[in-house]
Amino acid sequence: MLLIKCPWCGERDAHEFSYGGEAHITRPENPDKLSDEQWADYLFMQKNAMGPFLERWVHAHGCRRWFNVRRDTVTHEITAVYKMGDRPPERTA
Amino acid sequence: MSQQRNRLATGGRIDRTRPLSFSFNGKHFEGYAGDTLASALIANGVRLVGRSFKYHRPRGLLTAGSEEPNALVQLGTDAASEPNQRATQVELFDGLEAVSQNCWPSVGLDVGAVNNTLSRILPAGFYYKTFMWPKSFWKYYEHVIRKAAGMGRAPESPDPDCYDKMHDHCDVLVVGAGPAGLAAALAAGRAGARVLLADEQSALGGGLLGRRAEIDAAPAAEWIAKSISALQAMPEVQLLCRSTVAGYYDHNYLTIAQRLREGSDPGRRCDKPRQRLWKVRAKQVVLATGAHERPMIFRHNDLPGIMLASAAQCYINRYAAKPGDIAVIFTNNDSAYEAALDLAEAGVTVVAVVDVRTAAESPAQAAVRSRGIEVLYRHAVVAASGRRRVSAAKVMALDDSGESVSGAARTIRCDFLCMSGGWSPAVHLFSQSRGKPSYDASKACFVPGQSVQAERSAGAARGSFALAECLTEGHEAGVAAAAAAGFQRPGRPAKPPVAAKVDEAPLQPFWLVPAAPPGAPLNKHFVDVQNDVTAADIALAAREGYRSVEHLKRYTTTGMGTDQGKTSNINALAILGQTLGADISAVGTTTFRPPYTPLTFGTIVGRDIGALADPVRMTPIHSWHVANGASFEDVGQWKRPWYYPRPGESIQDAVNRECLATRQAIAILDASTLGKIDIQGPDTAEFLNRVYTNGWKKLEIGRCRYGVMCGEDGMVFDDGVTTRLGEHHYWMTTTSGNAARVLAWLEEWLQTEWPELKVYCNSMTEHWATVGIAGPFARQLLSELTDDIELDPKAFPFMTYRAGTVAGIAARVFRISFTGESSFEINVPARYDLALWNTLMTAGEQYGITPIGTESMHVLRAEKGFFIAGQDTDGTVTPLDLGMDWIVSKQKDFLGKRSLARPDMLREDRKQLVGLLPVDPQEVLPEGGQIVTDMDQKPPMNMIGHVTSSYYSVNLKRSIALALVRGGHKRHGETVYVPLENKVIAANVSEPRFYDPEGKRMHA
Repeated sequence: MLLIKCPWCGERDAHEFSYGGEAHITRPENPDKLSDEQWADYLFMQKNAMGPFLERWVHAHGCRRWFNVRRDTVTHEITAVYKMGDRPPERTA
Repeated sequence: MSQQRNRLATGGRIDRTRPLSFSFNGKHFEGYAGDTLASALIANGVRLVGRSFKYHRPRGLLTAGSEEPNALVQLGTDAASEPNQRATQVELFDGLEAVSQNCWPSVGLDVGAVNNTLSRILPAGFYYKTFMWPKSFWKYYEHVIRKAAGMGRAPESPDPDCYDKMHDHCDVLVVGAGPAGLAAALAAGRAGARVLLADEQSALGGGLLGRRAEIDAAPAAEWIAKSISALQAMPEVQLLCRSTVAGYYDHNYLTIAQRLREGSDPGRRCDKPRQRLWKVRAKQVVLATGAHERPMIFRHNDLPGIMLASAAQCYINRYAAKPGDIAVIFTNNDSAYEAALDLAEAGVTVVAVVDVRTAAESPAQAAVRSRGIEVLYRHAVVAASGRRRVSAAKVMALDDSGESVSGAARTIRCDFLCMSGGWSPAVHLFSQSRGKPSYDASKACFVPGQSVQAERSAGAARGSFALAECLTEGHEAGVAAAAAAGFQRPGRPAKPPVAAKVDEAPLQPFWLVPAAPPGAPLNKHFVDVQNDVTAADIALAAREGYRSVEHLKRYTTTGMGTDQGKTSNINALAILGQTLGADISAVGTTTFRPPYTPLTFGTIVGRDIGALADPVRMTPIHSWHVANGASFEDVGQWKRPWYYPRPGESIQDAVNRECLATRQAIAILDASTLGKIDIQGPDTAEFLNRVYTNGWKKLEIGRCRYGVMCGEDGMVFDDGVTTRLGEHHYWMTTTSGNAARVLAWLEEWLQTEWPELKVYCNSMTEHWATVGIAGPFARQLLSELTDDIELDPKAFPFMTYRAGTVAGIAARVFRISFTGESSFEINVPARYDLALWNTLMTAGEQYGITPIGTESMHVLRAEKGFFIAGQDTDGTVTPLDLGMDWIVSKQKDFLGKRSLARPDMLREDRKQLVGLLPVDPQEVLPEGGQIVTDMDQKPPMNMIGHVTSSYYSVNLKRSIALALVRGGHKRHGETVYVPLENKVIAANVSEPRFYDPEGKRMHA
């Protein structure tokens, strides 16, 4: 089971959290102006990354706060946890 | 009671003052405290312990540990009976009862043994090739095969024992308490780390318990005892024996199955759990899991009496139980020479050591030879013979290549045979941690490769088999693990325990004894004895194209079953490699999966059974419902009154009575389970405008509005009424089952997409209780209980809210209606709920107040055509499909709006909500019934939809239904059919509104 460091509560087991899919997908400002393809791209198309992936989690059974995580989808290594609205921290070599 | 005729007079870690009696396959025996079932059987001269899975060949003990493939027993007879127990791990207790699995009617006379004589026609993949045809017959074959296969019996009644769970964390988890594990725990413990040491055996010491060895110039037993005392004196160290580390998961999360109590002791079942599952998060892990000895693969190598050399050594040294009197030893390495010496020391006649290697000068070999034991170098045991037990070994000389045998065969009489094909490190947990084992050609075994998680292997687990290496590596691993976890021993470094270095002649890989004579079949050279897989099967599979190990495993079943091939996998890979002409390192291993050894279901489930399986939520007036005979329905985790039957009433009788009372007098409903979300903040109206499909900016204080929420895909997800309580204060209600989901949905958008909105949501579901009263006398009743709320319809119209006092309780009263009657939903703080209910019941008696349950509520709302999210919708239904165009704003954006304009949403043949009126008004359609237009079609018929809600309406004196039907909005007036098993129900499509379509009653 993953160990996830909630930015507000600290390290907790994964079962306290819910997964929220890919991070940094912004809802279009004017959906009415989008073509069907553009809207479908926003609605359905998420990256299926093999390796580092920026994704959203919520501490559903804790503080109920959303935040972002950079997790390697192959090794499950978590290399960054940052708050909603922040940009992902620079990757250290 | 039989004699323990193979018990040595002295020695062993058994307590001869505590005899224990037990029964095996119905016969009574005696053993001693400290025995396992296996060692007690050896002491009593019992050789035959089971039958093999496929050919039902007689089988004996192969090992002395958890890797045992043969000796599977069913323990106990009552509800606590457990199948698939390894006799080598079952600690003996007084009154133990065990029977062999996989044999019928008895282990001595086994009907399935006929398969053995048929084995030439039961090769690899036989079941796939034969019983899969014709396909439809598998269900018959399977029944017979399963019965004959006998994989143990699951108990038929509930497990009377209880099981526990433990959540723990530590700095260093040491797995295995052999020399490496103990040394690691000592080093890490002395550095001050919190150490958890877990070992699957009943005592700490690992392989040392079965060997005669010296550590720090004293017998190993003394070093073990001293180490245990030292560890026990460290407050941060915890020692767990009988504890199998079963799984190694992500981020150093491991599970440990701890056996707390063996045997059946009904008196203690409740106060002491039988097993405990530990879930441990470790900063660092030291894997000191040891190694498994490998069998040699020769003809009839599965006869009872043929066992691993280390097992024979263990039975003698640890249990003072002699597997026989005359032994032949067959080896490709020096470790079996140590066993030969121990056997000889115990009085066994070792007639020969058969070694595939050429003579070498190593101390162990010299010691064996100097004892006068004949060593046959460059020889191999080509076959064993005997009926139900080995009685002789046939030995021949190996050619220079080692690939064939020649010369005269010599038959050596013996009553047991010990073999050693080298050692395979137990890399199971390493592999589970996602590490990749790599092949070490010099040691002829797979060793742990690079670590992926925070773990390190030590000792035999990483291929360092010599005792001296185990001790130093264990020590170093303990020091390093503690340091990595932040603990360093102050002062000068501690010294590792020391054992004498022993020179060993190198092992010679030797995977398969050649057929004698050359070309003879290899179909009795057993590789996997649990699954009856032979060298011939592996070669056949390879010829048929099963070249990947994962395919080989599934096709031949090698490495499957309860032992997961602990003693057979590496031999199988090597033989596959030889057949394919590929290097074993290129063949690779199959995946090791948790658990390391089988877990009983109780251990996994723990206390999460019965009432504790899932939380139950009850409203504050639950006790009243129980006292008044309500039948309950589960709505999510809530218990809701379903209906309130009076004596003699059927559910339909009760629902009819409740529905009539609602429309003719007054009904009272416990609506406390409704989701309630308190929303505050200056941007709330803007927020509601974005999450609901309709407009919210102009809602006045004190007014309620109905809203529908969609996902971004445009599909209806929930509905409910939201009320503006104050300038920046709103009160949202959700369906009972969706309350948590709606709150999470609102929070997600507020936190992730619209953080600039000043809006704050709080769940109030359990803080406020809701009682609904509905019907022609509802206003009259309420007027008797309040003097500060004006109830006149003009002063307090439909879809408004007033705060005031009801029955002396501060209350929020909402004029909203799900039944279609004039109704009031009275909300009070939860603790006053029962008082309010009782007052309403008493005061309402004169009006015929009737409590109604969810079933009547559903009938009444269906009469009105109100849909229920999740019943009449299923995640593929838009507000437009529901015919609710009026609630979808065209002026503003909202979640899901853009999706409603996608081409698929505009199709005219989408499934749309309609009403159905059965032609026969007494026929009630079944919910889920499939709808067709033309009964003349042959199956498969063209189904255009299904019934989502269906009831008998006593108010309408007829049956009604709601349905989702393709292009339904344009089908009003058409007749459709619902074909059922024995009949067809015809129904007319209608508007989904059956009662008071203008809504006069609820506005009244």
